[in-house]
Amino acid sequence: MSVPVLSAEGIALSYPGAPGPVLEGFDLAIRPGEVVAILGPSGAGKSSLLRVLGGLQRPSAGAVRMGGTVLEDVHPRLAVAFQDPCLLPWLTLEANVAFGLNFKRQPPVSPTERRSRVDAAIAEVGLGHARHLPPSALSGGMAQRTALARCLARKPEVLLLDEPFGALDEVTRAEMQDLLLKVVADFGTAALLVTHDIDEALLVADRVVLIGGAPARQVASWTLDLPRPRRDEVVTLGALRIDILKALRGAVRRN
Amino acid sequence: MNAEPQQRSFTAGADPASRARPKGAARSGRLSRPLLGIAGLLVLLALWWLGTDVLAAPGSFARRFSPASGFASLGGLLLHSDLPIHVYVSLQRIFIGLGFALAIGVPLGLAVGTFGTLEAATTPAFQFLRMISPLSWMPLAVMVFGVGDRPIYFLLAFASVWPILLSTAAGVRQLDPRWLLLARSLAATRWEMLSRVILPGVTGHILTGVRLAIGILWIVLVPCEMLGVSAGLGYFILDTRDRLAYSELMAMVLLIGVLGFALDALARALCRRWA
Ligand SMILES: Nc1ncnc2c1ncn2[C@@H]1O[C@H](COP(=O)(O)OP(=O)(O)OP(=O)(O)O)[C@@H](O)[C@H]1O
Ligand SMILES: [Mg+2]
Repeated sequence: MSVPVLSAEGIALSYPGAPGPVLEGFDLAIRPGEVVAILGPSGAGKSSLLRVLGGLQRPSAGAVRMGGTVLEDVHPRLAVAFQDPCLLPWLTLEANVAFGLNFKRQPPVSPTERRSRVDAAIAEVGLGHARHLPPSALSGGMAQRTALARCLARKPEVLLLDEPFGALDEVTRAEMQDLLLKVVADFGTAALLVTHDIDEALLVADRVVLIGGAPARQVASWTLDLPRPRRDEVVTLGALRIDILKALRGAVRRN
Repeated sequence: MNAEPQQRSFTAGADPASRARPKGAARSGRLSRPLLGIAGLLVLLALWWLGTDVLAAPGSFARRFSPASGFASLGGLLLHSDLPIHVYVSLQRIFIGLGFALAIGVPLGLAVGTFGTLEAATTPAFQFLRMISPLSWMPLAVMVFGVGDRPIYFLLAFASVWPILLSTAAGVRQLDPRWLLLARSLAATRWEMLSRVILPGVTGHILTGVRLAIGILWIVLVPCEMLGVSAGLGYFILDTRDRLAYSELMAMVLLIGVLGFALDALARALCRRWA
């Protein structure tokens, strides 16, 4: 098995003032180019886990490693899309996508390269027509796609996505799932995708991880060694779907 | 086939005439607002005229302050005297004073908004200083800075720094923490955090502070200029009094009102452009 690009060992997380820890003894390893879907009941600690994995929040115990070195802070090759699109209201869509690309601690990118990356990312999420609009003029789905484009423009090694397709209609959602798979295939990007949607997990993931309990830990995981695209594999996936749903119900009850 | 009657009953329910009415009312409301404003100004003018030209006894002192002679002198002064230079000097003082207030108030406001302990330590002191009329510092300012422009800059900056400081601090406290988290996830340096997120994020609040500051500056400016300087609107008013040129005095009062109105409109336009 190849070396994980991002790994977490024995992660624990407590918020000050909270009755108990949110996460405890959490292990996870993501290989290069792997897509991992995280499923779990609401409030289980999925967003918290993502912040820890992204180096945005120090775990109270354990360590996150990126390419072998302990992650003390955010990493330029790691991009996080938050549960909320989090666009800056004083910037246009285009400027929001470009935001951060020229920061000092990001890998240096020439202005022309920056432009072409921003253009490509906007085109990929299908928002070329809206590039000059302010965030206040975007629909919820457009804002989510903008946030995704902001991550893609950085060409990260690891993508951490917190329910990135929640506000999208069925068709756009399928398009964005395909886009994610294309990015993973083209650039060998590893992706961790938090989702509420079992079908989404089944469509995109190499591995589905169910977290639950208080404090949250891995309850179950499934490896999906199936070819893509999987949209027509209803029969193969059906049994697995029921399996996961049962486990998820169990996790909710335990919460 | 089936949709047709449904559609008809839908439109029948909402009478087109009654639907059109609110739209028309809104349009006339938008039109009549400035008209009402102008009418109010005309009433003000009429009251002025009543006081000086109708109610005052013929030949009385008040007659010299009539609107007709005031407007006539204003035209004359603007065209045939060095009044434009005085206006220029006054406006320049306003902008220099505002510049100092911004240079001091914004960084201080950012610091006060960021650090809770600093806020707790400074709030009573700032509230105390804020409530002292800036004009009461005037003798002290002249003693420290000498006669001339420098005490005026000091007084103007001192008077207008508070709204800028306080609204900047309020803006920092209201910054969306998610913006800061986003910048952190992009490995922003302290400077990038400040210049790319915090400053743009509080600009609306700073502009609100600037608008309040301009109001204060304009009120404080004229009395400040009545002391130890030989140019500016405040100086010019005293000069008209000394020359017993009463119509010119009224012209100056008018001009100060008009310029203040224009400055406030400018500040409001700035706020609106950003919002
Ligand atoms: N900043 C914080 N301070 C204190 N407690 C927090 C904070 N963020 C999250 N929590 C708590 O941690 C727990 C997990 O929250 P988290 O947002 O990680 O859940 P989640 O699995 O992402 O939920 P959802 O599916 O609804 O997004 C919750 O009980 C929440 O109240
Ligand atoms: Mg969440």
